[in-house]
Amino acid sequence: MLLTRVFHNDPGGRILLGLLLVLAIAVPVFNLAVPESSPFHLSTYTVTLLGKYLCYALLAVALDLVWGFCGILSLGHGAFFALGGYSMGMYLMRQIGTRGVYGDPVLPDFMVFLNWPELPWYWYGFDQFWFAMLMVALVPGLLAFVFGWLAFRSRVTGVYLSIMTQALTYALMLAFFRNEMGFGGNNGLTDFKDILGFNLHADGTRIVLFLLSILMLASGYMACRYIINSRLGRVVVAIRDTEDRTRFLGYRVERFKLWIFVFSAVLSGIAGALYVPQVGIINPGEFAPLNSIEMVIWVAVGGRGTLYGAAAGAALVNYGKTYFTAAMPEMWLFALGALFVAVTVFLPRGLVGLLRRDRGT
Amino acid sequence: MAVRRKQVRLRRDRVFDFLIPASERRLRLDTTHGPILYLEDVTVSFDGFKALNGLSLYIDDGELRCIIGPNGAGKTTMMDVITGKTRPDEGEVSFGQQIDLLDLNEPDIAMAGIGRKFQRPTVFEHHTVFHNLELAMHTNKAVWHTLFAQLTEEQRDRIQEVLRTVGLETHRDRLAGLLSHGQKQWLEIGMLLMQDPRVLLVDEPVAGMTPQETERTAELLTGLAGRHSVVVVEHDMDFVRSIARKVTVLHEGSVLAEGNMDHVQNDPRVIEVYLGD
Repeated sequence: MLLTRVFHNDPGGRILLGLLLVLAIAVPVFNLAVPESSPFHLSTYTVTLLGKYLCYALLAVALDLVWGFCGILSLGHGAFFALGGYSMGMYLMRQIGTRGVYGDPVLPDFMVFLNWPELPWYWYGFDQFWFAMLMVALVPGLLAFVFGWLAFRSRVTGVYLSIMTQALTYALMLAFFRNEMGFGGNNGLTDFKDILGFNLHADGTRIVLFLLSILMLASGYMACRYIINSRLGRVVVAIRDTEDRTRFLGYRVERFKLWIFVFSAVLSGIAGALYVPQVGIINPGEFAPLNSIEMVIWVAVGGRGTLYGAAAGAALVNYGKTYFTAAMPEMWLFALGALFVAVTVFLPRGLVGLLRRDRGT
Repeated sequence: MAVRRKQVRLRRDRVFDFLIPASERRLRLDTTHGPILYLEDVTVSFDGFKALNGLSLYIDDGELRCIIGPNGAGKTTMMDVITGKTRPDEGEVSFGQQIDLLDLNEPDIAMAGIGRKFQRPTVFEHHTVFHNLELAMHTNKAVWHTLFAQLTEEQRDRIQEVLRTVGLETHRDRLAGLLSHGQKQWLEIGMLLMQDPRVLLVDEPVAGMTPQETERTAELLTGLAGRHSVVVVEHDMDFVRSIARKVTVLHEGSVLAEGNMDHVQNDPRVIEVYLGD
């Protein structure tokens, strides 16, 4: 019942989930079971890279939900991703304990370095995993709630809203760069040791994190799909197409926008939280406006308003980025710009638009 | 100005109405005195231009009223004021004797029972005809409720019934964006019916329709009067003549003449305004 509702008329989604299932089985086998000497062995580096793409894919799905279906072009989704990441990073920092350079049992290294006498109040509780996980959802959700409540209630739409989201993430970047904020400033949070007692650098932990990323992408995708196929989803699409009409039918448009925006922010936060233990660092650069714009490009390249297209776009563009930045680093931004222009001009429905000839959503 | 509004409301309320809890009082539609919609001395100005200038208008419960007037007479602004899109600078607007529409926003007004059809047919082009009607349906429209809502058998029947009424049964699963202009007009009228409003505000329902479609629309609208109050804004004089019992002529933001079609057509001021244009 639930699954039929989720996958109703969604062949692309079935392919995506099938692919994730294959990855979930094949990657651990080729990484752990196949000996390193074998040419079929998958290096842990590759596993981590794939895990990173999965986090980006989840983020892209969340962004597509608000942009593709509700018409809210958020150029600040990186902020929610980074806040989720910081929440996880703070937990990982507290796990280092006495193994830091300065060996302080409570204070992270950067605080010792800055001669801070004690832990600031907002770091309390982050030694508890459950608390940190709560914050992963709560902090981005709360920010989205306050921001969205103000913006949607005042009926800010279109490009003005996009500019505001961009300003939001830029402001957060500047704030997090400051040492006085107590989040490690410029360097961010890094040098993590373990998570829930498991060594972060062990192959097994990496595989578990990878599998968790797959699980979260799959559940996030299905949750979004469930929303889109519900009446709420139809109201949201109605708002995207003709906001006034929806309002005159008796729907409180601002509440629907707020709900979908907060949900998307929470999903982005979760993506960020999975990202940080895999890449091993979170710094204010994640708040950079450019990052958030790149995310929009992933979604546009994959195909806006399809969800699975967004996931595919995120994986493909980031694979391209990994390849280009290694092969010809100076060319990457040009390639990205060219890609965006080409997609906008030639493929308004993205790469999946090439495959899909049926009706749109 | 807000103070003045409250005083007027007190005058209109019966003496012991304060005994009724405020929440119920606000939502109770009281039409015992006849009119369902009161507009009194409504003035709206945009940058000094008075789109409505002391407009007073009363629509009776169950009435079919046509509103005509040259371009810029304030017809659409009047609808905007009633549905909460535009706030008047002065004046009172109330629904029945007790519901002050100036206190409510667009969704509240829609839920209270005032439905609106736009001048340009506005349907949800990326949804099927069926889903368009489903979205319009009068039901709980809160966010969490819509996430888990399932159609009941009764609601399906209701949608089917409206599909029949507006003649779109065979287009049930087509995207609304693929419908012809006339069909979109019909779908929007169907959406109004799904809202089950007490008052229907219909802006140019027959624009772009073939004569046959126009005729069916006239039948439909006259059929609705009685159970609902219908306010039609229209340019097509033949159409107005075919449905109207009472016509209001707007000119420069206020009422120029009111009465049956013959009376209005022979009014020298109306002739002057229409011929002068």
